[in-house]
Amino acid sequence: METFVPPVPSRINYINAQYGLKSWLLTKDHKRIALLYLGSISFFFFIGGLYAMAIRLELLTPQADLLQSTTYNKVFTQHGIIMVFFFLIPSIPATLGNFLVPMMIGAKDLAFPRINLLSWYIYMLGGIVTIYALLAGGVDTGWTFYTPFSTTFSNSYVVATGLGIFINGFSSILTGLNFIVTIHTMRAPGMTWFRLPLFIWAHYATSLIMILGTPVIAITILLLAFERVAHIGIFDPAVGGDPVLFQHLFWFYSHPAVYIMVLPGMGIISELIANFSRKNIFGYSFVAFSSLAIAVFGFLVWGHHLFVASQSVYAGMIFSFLSFAVAIPSAIKVFNWTATLYKASISYDTPMLYALGFIGLFTIGGMTGLFLAALAVDVHLSDTYFVVAHFHYIMVGGTLLAYLGGLHYWWPKITGRMYPEGWGRFSALVVFIGFNLTFLPQFILGYMGMPRRYHVYPAEFQVLHVLSTAGASILGVGLLIPLFYLMWSMRYGKVAPGNPWHLPGLEWRTQSPPPTENFDYTPVVTWEAYEFAPPEETEVVGKFHDKVPEKA
Amino acid sequence: MSEHIVPVKVYVSIFLALMVGTAVTVLAAFQDFPGALNVIVAMTIAVVKATLVVLYFMHVRYSARLIWVIVASALFWMGILFALTFSDYWTRGWL
Amino acid sequence: MAESYVEHEASHPALQHHFENLEQQREAGTLGMWVFLVTEIMFFGGMFLAYTLYRSKFPEAFAIASNHLDIKLGAINTAVLILSSFTMAMAVYSTQVGKLRAQIIYLVLTIVLGLAFLGIKGVEYHEKYVDHLIPGTLIPGNPFNPDPHAMHLTQGVLMQHVQMFYWIYFAMTGMHALHMIIGVGLLSVILYFSVKGRYSPEYHNPVEVAGLYWHFVDIVWIFLFPLLYLLGRHLGGH
Repeated sequence: METFVPPVPSRINYINAQYGLKSWLLTKDHKRIALLYLGSISFFFFIGGLYAMAIRLELLTPQADLLQSTTYNKVFTQHGIIMVFFFLIPSIPATLGNFLVPMMIGAKDLAFPRINLLSWYIYMLGGIVTIYALLAGGVDTGWTFYTPFSTTFSNSYVVATGLGIFINGFSSILTGLNFIVTIHTMRAPGMTWFRLPLFIWAHYATSLIMILGTPVIAITILLLAFERVAHIGIFDPAVGGDPVLFQHLFWFYSHPAVYIMVLPGMGIISELIANFSRKNIFGYSFVAFSSLAIAVFGFLVWGHHLFVASQSVYAGMIFSFLSFAVAIPSAIKVFNWTATLYKASISYDTPMLYALGFIGLFTIGGMTGLFLAALAVDVHLSDTYFVVAHFHYIMVGGTLLAYLGGLHYWWPKITGRMYPEGWGRFSALVVFIGFNLTFLPQFILGYMGMPRRYHVYPAEFQVLHVLSTAGASILGVGLLIPLFYLMWSMRYGKVAPGNPWHLPGLEWRTQSPPPTENFDYTPVVTWEAYEFAPPEETEVVGKFHDKVPEKA
Repeated sequence: MSEHIVPVKVYVSIFLALMVGTAVTVLAAFQDFPGALNVIVAMTIAVVKATLVVLYFMHVRYSARLIWVIVASALFWMGILFALTFSDYWTRGWL
Repeated sequence: MAESYVEHEASHPALQHHFENLEQQREAGTLGMWVFLVTEIMFFGGMFLAYTLYRSKFPEAFAIASNHLDIKLGAINTAVLILSSFTMAMAVYSTQVGKLRAQIIYLVLTIVLGLAFLGIKGVEYHEKYVDHLIPGTLIPGNPFNPDPHAMHLTQGVLMQHVQMFYWIYFAMTGMHALHMIIGVGLLSVILYFSVKGRYSPEYHNPVEVAGLYWHFVDIVWIFLFPLLYLLGRHLGGH
């Protein structure tokens, strides 16, 4: 800490270093690419949100009044596809990860800047193909594309949608590849593995899943498309094919994909909990290694999606047991976060509110996952709203909350402006209430036997469905508020100092927004992760940055 | 760390070994070994050939330990894919 | 000040701005290709899984179908590919020791051998086309419809299971051929730059990395050849 001398501040930064559309579309700067991603995933999140609204509105009444069955099938399918493949999977890694991985390890950029830009273009191409499929007539197979319905019976745009997802997969692979190589080869002098922020460990683990899992879904979708176009029979039971093989291959990727979504979120939460408690995280190496353990164990549990799909009972037992095992590293994280909070001087800024919300909701999501991992219970709960509620607790209550928390936390670094704290806390509260009101009733609905993917239901379920729709409306408002005030803050927000939270991490030791090469010099790291100096010393670092002179 | 330059002699001998391996695997294919031995022989030869390519042509023998770990992890994950999928197919008839 | 920061050294023209030195750049390039090859292994892994499953389900049909592949062309192609791997390794070696003329010659040889492989593959594919062995309706107007007598179908073996073998054959060798085409393209770019004299004993990571990719494609074939061509020979192939 004492050897640290802050760089000479200059007001040239990555945003105003160059102007014009071309300077953005041809940029190789990881920070600018992160912003390109931020814009595009927000767009897809909005589309996915519209589909969610349509679903909740239709379910307000027991009859089919807004949507007919065929339309409803398309709406929930497209909600799932857009949200999973075009929002949740790239969300944190491609935006915050892209922005912060090089900065946190003291590098000038990712190892392959051109490949990084390429991955954004691939993402956009995949997105355009998928949007085309949706506009041309949509797809109605469910986001899981189960055969033989998707190959033989569905009359919708399965191949075009599959192609979009196939293309998009390469963007995910390239991002993961870039992170792994960057973290291995580009760490600043002194930045040892055990000095890495936990955000980096989480992204490393995520990247492992991206490169090991994504190729398998790529080949699976390719086989599915050929099957549909040329009627070859690889998944067709009528000519000796095996539809369960499709499910094995699909979930070999798609279960670990859940950890692609939630691991980066856990990385953010580790940052937020430690930094807003102003304390080193409890059990650093346990949290770091639990990320890797989740990446490995995540590949051993996919069969719990096949418990009622004619999978062998013995395989079911193995998968059930392994699914329980994956709860261990997740629980380690939750325990360590709570232990960090113990006797800490916690500040309840907006990011921390999201982090605390995450811990609660992720715990509920994880615990209900254990119900589903239990063989006998799953027979009752399979394909009900219990499952829907469970995975929304992980994906929305987990990933989305972490994403919003991280976005607020690094917003001053990204834009050089502070977001309005009052609005931030207010909307965090609205999101939390809206989310729980949406999905808690769905656990009960599922337990009572309401199946997923139905647009009509018995009248006795209506009260719970109305509650859920009301919650979704609140959640929608809670998500729109940040959209407005964050955009407002880019122009009118208070100018952010280099280190507004007074933290020791490397990304806070440069100006906000950072210069194109992140640091004026390659930093030499002499401190441990989350090593909070005595209060007076931290103040000095912070004050220096507050005094960054405003050049015209 | 400077890179290791593999002598030409090594490349030539690996090339010859691979050619011999190909000939042996073709000849072995026409022999009728009992039971699963046909597959075992063919796969053993293929694994040996692939290992030679990886170790010498791809320089893994002289590479950092990280590269070893990467190669091993790819095989490990292939193992997961096969083992757990076949934990289903092989046990279906048990009940 | 001097303790806190690492100063930049004077740099090689091929050094990209975000790396500290050529050594770091080389390490990143090689590591990147290896990580990419891991994704390739998993990509082919899905098809190997399907192969293993259906072969264990329909052993006789697979053996009969396999016996209809041309083992001579398959073996020749294996030799061609191994030879091309050797010339590729020699191209890398020549660059490392600074023999730039030899480097160009070996690169040209590798590309020519790669094209030869693709040519032989094309001949094989054409034979399958003539025999109506292309599965499903992949080729419009020429659906899968082989002559049962020419296939030597035995009692109880269904033609649709033979078709399954051919689909896996075409999926795997087709995907392999696609990788060969990409590899030839990649090597052509490398050749272009090596003619322009870009690579030297100090800087030749692109040649090495392209070589890694080429050897990987060779390894895939080392497995495809026995699995697809040889599996039923001892049962009396012709």
